[in-house]
Amino acid sequence: MEKDTHFILGVYDDEDVLLHAVEQVRGTGVKIHEVYSPYPVHGLEHVLGYKRSRLPIAAFLFGMLGTTLALTMQFYMMKFDWPMIIGGKNHAAFPDFIPVSFELTVLLASFGMVSVFMISSNLKPWAQPRIFDLRSTDDKHIMAIDIANNSAIEVDQIKEILRSSGATEVNNKSFE
Amino acid sequence: MQVTSSVREPLVTGGKTYHDVTHDVSRHVEAKPNIRWFLAFLTSAGVLALGSIAVVATVWEGIGMWGLNKTVGWAWDITNFVWWVGIGHAGTLISAVLLLFRQKWRTSINRAAEAMTIFAVICAAMFPVLHMGRPWLGAYWALPLPNTFGSLWVNFNSPLLWDVFAISTYFSVSLVFWYIGLIPDFATIRDRATGLRKTIYGALSFGWDGAAKSWMRYESVSLILAGLATPLVLSVHTIVSFDFATSVIPGWHTTIFPPYFVAGAIFSGFAMVLTLMIITRKVYQLEDYITMGHIELMNIVIIITGSIVGIAYITEFFIAWYSGVEAEQYAFINRATGPYWWAYWSMMTCNVISPQLFWFKKIRTSIVATFILSLVVNIGMWFERFVIIVTSLHRDFLPSSWAMFYPSWADVGVYLFTFGLFFTLFFLFAKFFPVINMAEVKSVLKSSSEKVHK
Repeated sequence: MEKDTHFILGVYDDEDVLLHAVEQVRGTGVKIHEVYSPYPVHGLEHVLGYKRSRLPIAAFLFGMLGTTLALTMQFYMMKFDWPMIIGGKNHAAFPDFIPVSFELTVLLASFGMVSVFMISSNLKPWAQPRIFDLRSTDDKHIMAIDIANNSAIEVDQIKEILRSSGATEVNNKSFE
Repeated sequence: MQVTSSVREPLVTGGKTYHDVTHDVSRHVEAKPNIRWFLAFLTSAGVLALGSIAVVATVWEGIGMWGLNKTVGWAWDITNFVWWVGIGHAGTLISAVLLLFRQKWRTSINRAAEAMTIFAVICAAMFPVLHMGRPWLGAYWALPLPNTFGSLWVNFNSPLLWDVFAISTYFSVSLVFWYIGLIPDFATIRDRATGLRKTIYGALSFGWDGAAKSWMRYESVSLILAGLATPLVLSVHTIVSFDFATSVIPGWHTTIFPPYFVAGAIFSGFAMVLTLMIITRKVYQLEDYITMGHIELMNIVIIITGSIVGIAYITEFFIAWYSGVEAEQYAFINRATGPYWWAYWSMMTCNVISPQLFWFKKIRTSIVATFILSLVVNIGMWFERFVIIVTSLHRDFLPSSWAMFYPSWADVGVYLFTFGLFFTLFFLFAKFFPVINMAEVKSVLKSSSEKVHK
């Protein structure tokens, strides 16, 4: 990052206080950079105004790809490339192809969706995340507010809003 | 908003705070392993080394080292294969099916149960791989690759090939499901650590930061993976049962096999989860997380699945009689009264009678009784597979070729090898990985009951 970024952090102990706080802070017009939690807080994405994740669509598309590949492969191998008579059965024995098609559907849907999740959330072994507060993976919820994005509001005023919304601590954090 | 209940018992006892959860689980990863862990680890590594002799002998000399003969061509190895795969069913069932049913008690046990699943499937895979005789060529035989002489493909009409796809898909999807859950917990350990541990767990945590957007996607991924893994877990043992059910051997050729095998798999899987969790909670002092409530609920699953298995045994017998097919009738009479009567009655006692003891609240809430019965159930489930496989084969259509099966030392050794492998992997997991899913336990800490409120 070429320029310094400065954040104000609101530290919350309780998930219910946090949910109300997010609504209050957004109500005053302050833009929240992101909220960091040690565990998934239900409804947080809703009060933050995030759009529903489209990962299920990715899973469906990858699943369809899996089914198509599996059926194409089996029909090609068993019916066209090297037809064999096995127990007098039809070469294109569709019921026999269902188990493998199902397994490959599940395999591609899972791996495809997880890959999309890894890419979209920037999860990789060499990733260097910006840690705002080490306690955000332990027991505190951290609301980060980017000062540059809220130039219309005074810094002290933002801090006051955070305190009145139930933050137990209000800190500054800068990244180079 | 969270819904709290004043009626339900809290899922986590002892008035734990969020920080306590982090501390109670992470400290086992951070502390130096104690002498008990070393003893347990060295014992299982010793069993692994001892069993390796049998594995080397099998690969070096060939399958002739096993006790198979021309009548009983499938016995010890496939029994162990089905037994381990069955055990490998509880983990994904707990994490996927119970997630879909919103059973929040799963959060304390899903991590270890999933680890157990993965290790059990690895053990199961040893048997078909070794039975190939030349396992290094296995990829040519099992995967859809044309053979060296032309484009002769694998046979997609064969349930054995379906098994290859089912087991490998089940293994990879379970591994991914498990690892996705581990990422936030590795991040927790990373943020408590310094030096080398911080680097290692930093890499393992994939740079997780706990952002609300990441959690939203994480939840979405968990739900879809659970939705995919639920039919998957049912399909795996269904397909394993097809190995037998699609054949024309009396005693195997029955349509009841898929549901009967799936129930048996869940039955033995929960028993193995109980065996391991009772030890883990004691050694790691996790009694507040894996409570008596958890043990009781798992015992109830054992009663239900055990009863389904019992009904299946009786139904098989009835259908054999009702079918009017003499070969089928003889196969079942021979099971109960033939030379393998002791295996059959061990199976009946361990699987049908002993789990019924859990109807008594005193027994299903007793640690000692649960531990003993969990071992009994797994012994019974081993005999179930042995009975189905060996008794159906050893007296086949031609009485002149009737034979008995006796395991060789190599058979026993390979089985020991998988035990060593399973426990070595489990002890390594218990030392270096958080044994309880901290993030998920924290998410149910407050909502599970108002008794937890500070």
